[in-house]
Amino acid sequence: MSLTANDVNKIAHLARLGIDAQDTESYAKDLSGMLDLMTQMSELNTEAVEPMAHPMDQAQRLRPDKITEENNRDKFMSIAPQTEDGLFLVPKVIE
Amino acid sequence: MHTKSLSELSHGLQTGEFSSVELTQAFIKRINQHQDLNAYITVTEELALQNAKAADARIANKKADALTGIPVAQKDIFCTLDVKTTCGSRMLDNFSAPYNATVIEKFNQAGAVMLGKLNMDEFAMGSSNETSYYGAVKNPWNTNKVPGGSSGGSGVAVAARLAAYATGTDTGGSIRQPAALCGITGLKPTYGRVSRYGMIAYASSLDQGGPMTHSAEDAAIVLQTMAGFDPKDSTSVDLPVPDYSVNLNQPLKGLKIGLPKEFFSADLNAAMATKLSEAIDEYRKLGAEIKEVSMPNLKLAIPAYYVIAPAECSANLSRFDGVRFGHRCENPVDLTDLYTRSRGEGFGKEVKRRILMGTYALSTGYYDAYYLKAQKIRRLISDDFKRALTEVDVIMGPVTPTPAFGIGEKMSDPVEMYLSDIYTIAINLAGLPALSIPAGFINDMPIGLQVIGNYFTEAHLLNIAHQYQQVTDWHKQTPKGFE
Repeated sequence: MSLTANDVNKIAHLARLGIDAQDTESYAKDLSGMLDLMTQMSELNTEAVEPMAHPMDQAQRLRPDKITEENNRDKFMSIAPQTEDGLFLVPKVIE
Repeated sequence: MHTKSLSELSHGLQTGEFSSVELTQAFIKRINQHQDLNAYITVTEELALQNAKAADARIANKKADALTGIPVAQKDIFCTLDVKTTCGSRMLDNFSAPYNATVIEKFNQAGAVMLGKLNMDEFAMGSSNETSYYGAVKNPWNTNKVPGGSSGGSGVAVAARLAAYATGTDTGGSIRQPAALCGITGLKPTYGRVSRYGMIAYASSLDQGGPMTHSAEDAAIVLQTMAGFDPKDSTSVDLPVPDYSVNLNQPLKGLKIGLPKEFFSADLNAAMATKLSEAIDEYRKLGAEIKEVSMPNLKLAIPAYYVIAPAECSANLSRFDGVRFGHRCENPVDLTDLYTRSRGEGFGKEVKRRILMGTYALSTGYYDAYYLKAQKIRRLISDDFKRALTEVDVIMGPVTPTPAFGIGEKMSDPVEMYLSDIYTIAINLAGLPALSIPAGFINDMPIGLQVIGNYFTEAHLLNIAHQYQQVTDWHKQTPKGFE
């Protein structure tokens, strides 16, 4: 299995991840190497095997519906790159 | 002072032989002397001295715990309130955590003194501590060699005695591998035993924090503080925490040790095989019975892990969007540009590789072939361990294929780097506890012996490690120049 530079650009777009144009080929090569490693998995028949998502196979724990969090809004806003009037600022989305 | 065990340090503090302030100053002096190792990202000297003064007052009031007043260094993956928390990444170079991780809270309650935050592979992705934005960490046994990763700074801080003990986290070997390569003791607890709250996530179904120390005896004391149910962590396991120190001296007569034939195949480096068989002979002398076990699916652990971990990482790291915290690019033209450039500038090459791999594995049309397939193989590997652990009490094997390799040696080929995780990652897939203990030297570089146990048998693993450390002195060796 090998990926092209074009594939890499598509995946990077899905991940909203900027990669330098001059590095695209090397990512394509590295990812193809990783995919070669992964083809080993297809040697094994796993048809009847239940997938394992979690080591303990535990169900999500429920808790009483009570407010336990403190209000840390100011603290959390203070570490944001850009804020105004209690809002996070981003470039204009709607013209 | 810096060569003492944790119980000796605690005794010294409580009998007034030295104060916590003196002890803290002694470690800070050593940190400053050995800055070239690059073990610390941030040294919190002022905070440490404040903590030490408070600890001295607590000791004077006879309210000391086992760790009160003893200096610890934290892997920079644990969020520390109002202290820079970088996870080894440019993305978080400007990030001061707005809350404490549960593990940090527990150390604070115990009266521990935090010396600072330790270097690590970026977002814990790496096996050599070379992917850190803050530069490679050097192994004190030979400064041209890597310390292992991702908890490389932790391994070095303990080995070079720049802290009395340290914390690490282990997603695919990141506690055990640096412990082995730096000649110290490292324990990865059972998944769910130590809270992940405030521990910056890499692969959430695999990540687990644990102690990195000089000895199993010290690790038992540190784990006692770290372990326990945490309602803030949805995968924390609600089971009582046993006393990890009380059974350290149990004799090992009749202990059944399994050696997976897949670990001891012809692929295993000959010098490593010799050292491990010497270690296992020590266990024989202690009365253990040795048995071969088989885990036929072990060889698929690497491909399964390098699908599952990147898939989880691509989801976890989507939170770094340049909007709420962390790095933001200059003058974004629109929202997509803001996300794309902030992430592109904030993440290093290895992190990008894994985000790309994970995004691909989870994308439409590939999910079944990669992610689902890997989860099925995860089940088979876990079943292999479960089966083997009905035949034997513990499994032993290598931690790494070789002693520490050279800085720069494996950076050009990521797959070759991934293959060095062969002996550790299957344990994370199964969620089992395992530890690494020093088991000798090859060409003057330390190597580790891995001991793997059943779920929640940390106390037994520590007992098994401690008994070995009563009849060997590998764990007492100190690199030259760091005595």
